[in-house]
Amino acid sequence: MQIKINEKEETVIITVEEERMDAHNSGNLKERMLQLFDEGKCQLVIDLTAVRFIDSSGLGALVSGFKNASARDGSLKLCCLQPQVRSMFELTRLHRVFEIFTTLEEALEGQS
Amino acid sequence: MPKRVEINIKVPSQTRYLAMIGQIGESLAFSLNNYQGNRRELAYHINLCLTEGLTNAICHGNNSDPDKDVHITISASDDDLVIRIYDQGPGFDISARGKTNAQPCDEGGRGINIILKLMDNVKYLQENGVNVLEMTKALQ
Repeated sequence: MQIKINEKEETVIITVEEERMDAHNSGNLKERMLQLFDEGKCQLVIDLTAVRFIDSSGLGALVSGFKNASARDGSLKLCCLQPQVRSMFELTRLHRVFEIFTTLEEALEGQS
Repeated sequence: MPKRVEINIKVPSQTRYLAMIGQIGESLAFSLNNYQGNRRELAYHINLCLTEGLTNAICHGNNSDPDKDVHITISASDDDLVIRIYDQGPGFDISARGKTNAQPCDEGGRGINIILKLMDNVKYLQENGVNVLEMTKALQ
């Protein structure tokens, strides 16, 4: 999976640069997040601007990141969801689990 | 569009084919001349159910063995769209899976429930020694 990682103070911004998050590529994101947690970085914002399609495996990778961040007193926030991606969080009721922001700036403000 | 479109695909049990097959399902949804509903939503749902069904067949049914094929048929008319996905695994009880909702923090276990929510009729059968996941979407 193509992802870009930027850091802003203590927050790591993960930008997913793929149109699809599915069983083929979501494992990469999960592993990358685990590496970040091992490095002690547990304030994550995931920018999903480019993602047009997400399946249960993609959602599972995000849940894994959320659980691991929470277990380390950190956080995982999502931003910039396209409507079809947002609808997947509603279908699976995961919109009640994640903090979801319209823009990256709002997610970063919510972080502090 | 002719009375019924039939698409027949066979691929090795590898997740790298998910995007291609999902895209075929989306394209078919956009080619349905007489569909009156939200076409973009239908296309997404067909892509999603193909992806979930195929992932199940590849990863659980065929244990990601690339020497085993997954066979997919998609059949569409003005009335309905039927997807059949064949795997060579041990099978599972779809009614039991459908009754178990994933807990909010479960990483897996959502695929079959997503299919059950989005399709109008879902069956998992044994046919000539192979398992078939049959998903039907009414188009009228």
